Amino acid sequence: MRDFTDAEDYEEGMEHIDPGLMTGVLERASAYDSDDYSERDVLGVLSSDGIGPKGFAALLSPAAEPFLEKIARRAKEETMKHFGNSVNIFTPLYASNYCSNRCVYCGFNRENNIKRAKLVGEEMDREMEAIASTGLREILLLTGESRLHSDPDYIADLVARASGHFSNIGLEVYPMNTGEYRRMHEMGADYVTVFQETYDTDVYKKVHPGGRKRIFSYRFNSQERALRGGMRGVGFAPLLGLSDFRRDSFACGLHAMEIQRKYPHAEISFSLPRFRPFINHEDAENGVTESKLLQVAMAYRLFMPFAGQTISTRERPGFRDNIVGICATKMSAGVSVGIGEHSGTEKGDAQFDISDPRGLEEVVNALVANGRQPVFNDYVKV
Amino acid sequence: MKKLNEDLLDIGGRKFRSRFILGSGKFSLEMTRTVIENGGVEMATLAVRRANAGGMENILDYMPHGVTLLPNTSGARDAGEAVRIAELARELGCGDFVKVEIIRDSKYLLPDNTETAKAVGLLKARDFVVMPYMMPDLSAARDMEDAGADAIMPLGAPIGSNKGLLTREFIKILVEEIDLPIIVDAGIGRPSQACEAMEIGAAAIMANTAIATSGDPAAMSKSFKMAIEAGRLAYLSGTGRVLEHRAEASSPLTGFLEDR
Repeated sequence: MRDFTDAEDYEEGMEHIDPGLMTGVLERASAYDSDDYSERDVLGVLSSDGIGPKGFAALLSPAAEPFLEKIARRAKEETMKHFGNSVNIFTPLYASNYCSNRCVYCGFNRENNIKRAKLVGEEMDREMEAIASTGLREILLLTGESRLHSDPDYIADLVARASGHFSNIGLEVYPMNTGEYRRMHEMGADYVTVFQETYDTDVYKKVHPGGRKRIFSYRFNSQERALRGGMRGVGFAPLLGLSDFRRDSFACGLHAMEIQRKYPHAEISFSLPRFRPFINHEDAENGVTESKLLQVAMAYRLFMPFAGQTISTRERPGFRDNIVGICATKMSAGVSVGIGEHSGTEKGDAQFDISDPRGLEEVVNALVANGRQPVFNDYVKV
Repeated sequence: MKKLNEDLLDIGGRKFRSRFILGSGKFSLEMTRTVIENGGVEMATLAVRRANAGGMENILDYMPHGVTLLPNTSGARDAGEAVRIAELARELGCGDFVKVEIIRDSKYLLPDNTETAKAVGLLKARDFVVMPYMMPDLSAARDMEDAGADAIMPLGAPIGSNKGLLTREFIKILVEEIDLPIIVDAGIGRPSQACEAMEIGAAAIMANTAIATSGDPAAMSKSFKMAIEAGRLAYLSGTGRVLEHRAEASSPLTGFLEDR
C-alpha cells in the first residue's frame, strides 16, 4: 500500500488524524481511469435511482460528454426535489491578503509582487456594515494563509465582529486544529471551506513548493477537524485544471462522501472553482471549458443530491444564472475581491480577476426573472 | 357532500376544514398565495431558520389571513435546539403550533425519533401545540402521544423523494393504534398517493416538493385538494372489503357444519 501521508513533515503543533479515510479516498482515486467508461455505462446511470461511486465515475468520464443535455434534465430534477427553486446568496469578505504559501497558480503567492494589506479593528466593521446594509445575511470570511499576519486571534476577532452583522458565517482561511475551529465556532462561525486544490499528491507537491500548505494530509483532514470542532457544515473543492480534473473531481466526491458517512449530520457543499487569470499572470489558461465544469457540477449533483453547490464570480453572469437552474444552489453577489473595497477604499490587491461584477440587486433581479427564489438566510443559530 | 362539510380536523383544539397542509420554501413566495388559495389550505409550514432575521422577503407577508402557521424546527439536531427554535418562532409572532423536525443525517434527512419524543415533552411543557415529524414506528408514536403530542406526522417516504406511500403498512398501524390525527408528511409525490393515504385513514396530508416540482404548482395544488377530499370521503364511507382482502370463495369452507 502506498503511503500518502506526509505526517513526518508536519510542522510543530499540527494535529494528527488517523489517515485511513484519506488513504482509502486516494487509492480509489488513483485507480480511476476515466477512459474505462462507455456510453452504455452513462445511460445506465441515468436510468438508475441511487448513483454510487461507479455511477459518479461514469458521469465524470468523457463518455458522458455527449449526454450533457440529458444529464442536465436529471440534475435539475434532483436539485428541485432537494432545494426547490431556492438559491442562497452570500458575499465573500477578503480581510487579508498576506500569505505564507507559494502556490504557483495564486495571486496571493508570497513571492508575487502585490500590494499586501489587511483590515484591522474598525475597518472590519466598516466593510461588514457596507455589506450588511445591502441586506445580505450570510458572509464568507477569507484571508490569505498567514498565521503571522492573520493569526487565530485575528480571525477570531473577525468572526466575532461578523456575528454582530450577519446570521450565517463561513470561513475560508488556513487549515486549523480542532481546538482552533472550536474557538471560531464559539465566536459564531458555522461553516468551513478548505479547497484541496488537487488530490494528485505529486502535482500537489509541485504546485505547493512552500509554506504550511505543502503538507497535503494536514490540509486533507481539515474538514474532519472542523466538524470535530463543532462546525455544522464543510465545503470541498479541487481547483479544476491544476491536474486531471476528472480524477480530482472523483476524489473530491469520495472525500465528501466519506466525511458525511463518518459525520452524518455534516452539511456538505461543493465549490466549483476553475483556473482564472490572476494578477501578473493574466494569460493563465486551463483545459476546463464551461461544458466540462457543468459536467463536474452535474456529476456532484447526481452523486450527492443533498449537497449544496456554490458557483463563484470566477464565472460569467450567463453561466452562473443558468447553472443555478440546473445544479448549483448558492452564489455570491456584490463581490469585491480586493481588500477594503466594499467600503470604498481598496488597500490591497485581489487574488484573481472576477467575471461577474454585478451588484446584489442585479443578481437578485436576474434570478427572479429566471423563476428562482433568492434566499438571504437559511440558518438560525440557537 | 354533507359528510365532508361536517368533518373537521381537530389539532390541539383548533378546527380545520382543510386536510391539506402545505410545506413551503421550495417555490417562490409570490406563488405561495395562489397555491394556498387553490388548495384551500388552512395550515402552512414555514422554516424558522429562513423566516428569521429579515432576509430579502418575509414569508409571513405572503401568507393569506386566516392561514394557521406551522413553524418547523428544521436545522435542529437535538431536542434542545428544537425547543429554542420553537421559542424563537413564538417570539417572531408565528403562534403556538410547532412541527418538530429533528434531523441528524444530512443525506436522507430522516428524523431522529428518540430526540423528537424528548422534544415533544419539552415543548408541551411550554404550551405549544406539538406536531412531531417522525419515522412511522409504533413505539415511538406511543412515546410521543404520552409526551403530549397533538398529532403525529409519519413520513411516507424520504423527504423530497416524491416516492409516495412507501411506509403504507406502518402508517396503517399508527392509524389503528394511536388516538391522534395521523398526518402523512414527506414523500407524497402525486395526488393519487395523497388520496390513498387518506383512504387508509390519514387525517391530513402535508406536501411541498410534489407541488414545487410540478409544471404548474397552482393547478397541482388544486389537484391535491380534490384528491385529499376524495380519499377522505372514501374513508368516511368505508371502502369495500375487496380493497383490503381477497374476494370470498364461492364454495364456503364452513359449509360442512351441521348445527342441530
